Amino acid sequence: MSAAHDDHHHGPAKGFTRWLYTTNHKDIGSMYLWFSFAMFLLGGTFAMVIRAELFQPGLQLVDPNFFNQMTTMHGLIMVFGAVMPAFVGLANWMIPMMIGAPDMALPRMNNWSFWILPFAFAMLSATLFMEAGAPNFGWTFYAPLSTTYAPETVTFFIFAVHIMGASSIMGSINIIATILNMRAPGMTLMKMPLFVWTWLITAYLLIAVMPVLAGVVTMMLFDIHFGTSFFNAAGGGDPVLFQHVFWFFGHPEVYIMILPAFGIVSAIIPTFARKRLFGYDSMVYATASIAFLSFIVWAHHMFTVGMPIAGELFFMYATMLIAVPTGVKVFNWVATMFRGSMTFETPMLFAIAFVVLFTMGGFTGLMLAITPADFQYHDTYFVVAHFHYVLVPGAVFSIMAATYYWLPKWTGHMYDETLGKLHFWLSFIGVNILFFPQHFLGLAGMPRRIPDYALQFADFNWISSIGGFLFGASQLILLVVVIKCVKGGKKATAQVWEGAQGLEWTVDSPAPYHTFATPPDPKLIHAQ
Amino acid sequence: MASAGSHDTYYVPEQTKLPFFASIGLFLTVYGLGNVLNDIKSSESATFSTLVALVGFIILSFILFQWFSTVIRENHAGMNSDQLKRSYVWGMGWFIFSEVMFFAAFFGALFYVRTFAVSWLGGEGDKGVTGDILWPNFEAVWPVIENPNSELFANPHEAMDVKEWTPAFFAKYLPFWNTLILMTSSVTVHFAHTALKAENRKGLIQWLSVTVALGVIFLFLQVFEYYEAYAHYGLTLDSGIYGSTFFLLTGFHGFHVTLGTFMLAVMLARAIKGHFKPDDHFGFEAASWYWHFVDVVWVGLFIFVYLL
Repeated sequence: MSAAHDDHHHGPAKGFTRWLYTTNHKDIGSMYLWFSFAMFLLGGTFAMVIRAELFQPGLQLVDPNFFNQMTTMHGLIMVFGAVMPAFVGLANWMIPMMIGAPDMALPRMNNWSFWILPFAFAMLSATLFMEAGAPNFGWTFYAPLSTTYAPETVTFFIFAVHIMGASSIMGSINIIATILNMRAPGMTLMKMPLFVWTWLITAYLLIAVMPVLAGVVTMMLFDIHFGTSFFNAAGGGDPVLFQHVFWFFGHPEVYIMILPAFGIVSAIIPTFARKRLFGYDSMVYATASIAFLSFIVWAHHMFTVGMPIAGELFFMYATMLIAVPTGVKVFNWVATMFRGSMTFETPMLFAIAFVVLFTMGGFTGLMLAITPADFQYHDTYFVVAHFHYVLVPGAVFSIMAATYYWLPKWTGHMYDETLGKLHFWLSFIGVNILFFPQHFLGLAGMPRRIPDYALQFADFNWISSIGGFLFGASQLILLVVVIKCVKGGKKATAQVWEGAQGLEWTVDSPAPYHTFATPPDPKLIHAQ
Repeated sequence: MASAGSHDTYYVPEQTKLPFFASIGLFLTVYGLGNVLNDIKSSESATFSTLVALVGFIILSFILFQWFSTVIRENHAGMNSDQLKRSYVWGMGWFIFSEVMFFAAFFGALFYVRTFAVSWLGGEGDKGVTGDILWPNFEAVWPVIENPNSELFANPHEAMDVKEWTPAFFAKYLPFWNTLILMTSSVTVHFAHTALKAENRKGLIQWLSVTVALGVIFLFLQVFEYYEAYAHYGLTLDSGIYGSTFFLLTGFHGFHVTLGTFMLAVMLARAIKGHFKPDDHFGFEAASWYWHFVDVVWVGLFIFVYLL
């Protein structure tokens, strides 16, 4: 180990142990991305089971308890296994290259952050095959469903959350240390690409709230196995306490899943509009404001639980405030496109779809923020439609945009643009057929997390399921595109995209195994 | 090699077996532990699960020992630039912040229960009507000695709070002495640091030994306090919300004191071996930061769990 440190120019180690023992940010980034894709397909399979069951009214395919396991596992796998690791993978690949650093600040710990995840998710998924069945209490695991009435596999769920939390915290510490300590000379904070900025703030949020999640599952563990009464009113506790602690984690968590997406879109739109990003400074401040606000809005998830009126009012107004910095962002993206020389390659298509559809998800969020209106919408399909609009054509579309955008940099080949566009259009159409009707279902009163429903909901459910199958199947195109691109294709230039700016485009495609072993020329670093 | 502020010598280790096997150790630990808990709950034999957890924990401990040894060795070999050392500083700082937030969850639970949940259960305030319907006889006082349902959660006889604000009471009040012990230890670890910076090895070892001893005494007293609680006060984990918050807050703090004492003991061993230079001793500094952090948490505990 000690002899090799002067030689930054040799390539990866041979054999499969390269992946087990690597400290290279690009290797680890690739592993995160593949892992996330695998989890996306697994969580997607669960979603297909849900949509198949809901295709017609009546109990068709699975029994209600298994249906509950599917909704729970779908949520957990998608949030913790697909979306978060995908962003960490992108951070690993891109942040060191964007700031001109030789690698992540703590490369060995970086490897550990990743390798905890496959074990954590193996343990979580294994509960499906255990006698008691997988967790069935929803991804929000409200007590007492997740304590008094939980299947015994809840213990494995708790420990899986513990170790994936440890992974997230280590990953975030690494990202913060990298950004604060590893920037090349000349890369001042306000010259950093927005993806770096958004990740810096995301990592801060992660370190602030993952321990709170660890705390709440620890209280569950003690309630279940050691007789404490945190969430049991009979002993002087309160099940609502669970919801407060959970959502104190949970609300920043949803911004953890969207802030890096903002960074990605802020990189892609200027490239394909061939203009500087409009309002860079305001983007940074808006991101920071959103992060701050995310800590004081958590109880808007609990308007119907029975809070004092002062609490309802405070959380309603605080929540509405978030629309201001978010509006700044949407305005800036649109202003960047205004009178730009736009072209519509696949990453740009996904980015524009993100702006439009995420904004729609934001508007339904505003509707939900209105306390009296939320009394009507709470726990209906309207909520499902809302958060799927911000997470699927929001977070997931941004990840796909990022994949298409940087794939040539990673593989050295251009991806198949025709297949890429096909993937985009099928996803775009599929996702809207899937989730748009769910708004109507929710407004008409269909509750979420049920395997059966009243007859008047049949038509929209049928349409939604068709959209679900279309969207699900279309994702296999992405797999084909990526594999094709890894194997070959038109050689990519270093610049890849005509309008792209930033240090990652100054290195060859594919990016050499080690980049910026010596810092880049400060003249290459431009104001944003 | 360790030249100041250089950006071109950042040490990136090439390959490492440590984290992958640490993951296996961590996985076996938690998987075994999960099975142990479920076995106990369903009254089955937990021997095999215990073995799995133990093997996992041994692997994890062994790997972490190797890992820290490697880092120390590399630093002695001069492979760590100033910039890399700053990465460790940031790393430790943010790690401690994550620990702060972990305790924040439990403090938050305590505040919520004391401010809202218990008084609502007692029929007071906005949501008091629920308590009136469920347990009309429950009275909202903190510490909760009479649980709402004392058949499910046996009442403790006594709490750990301050019974009377007199010097005579405090003279026999264990938490008070524990507070003095921990606060003193924060000072002694600072003296150790000062001695280290003044190249006074003897002073470093002496003050560090005192600190470790104070940590051990603290833990001993806390074990005694727990024994008292279980044996004489009827105050247990399953004796309602007061016991729940009391044991989880002080228990996790005690666990962190154990970890901090262990860290300082390692630093003591390293100091005796001749490690650390006045300008290069981040291992020691990190452990002392951690120690100050557990002290601050204790002050919070003393105020909100014991005094108020």
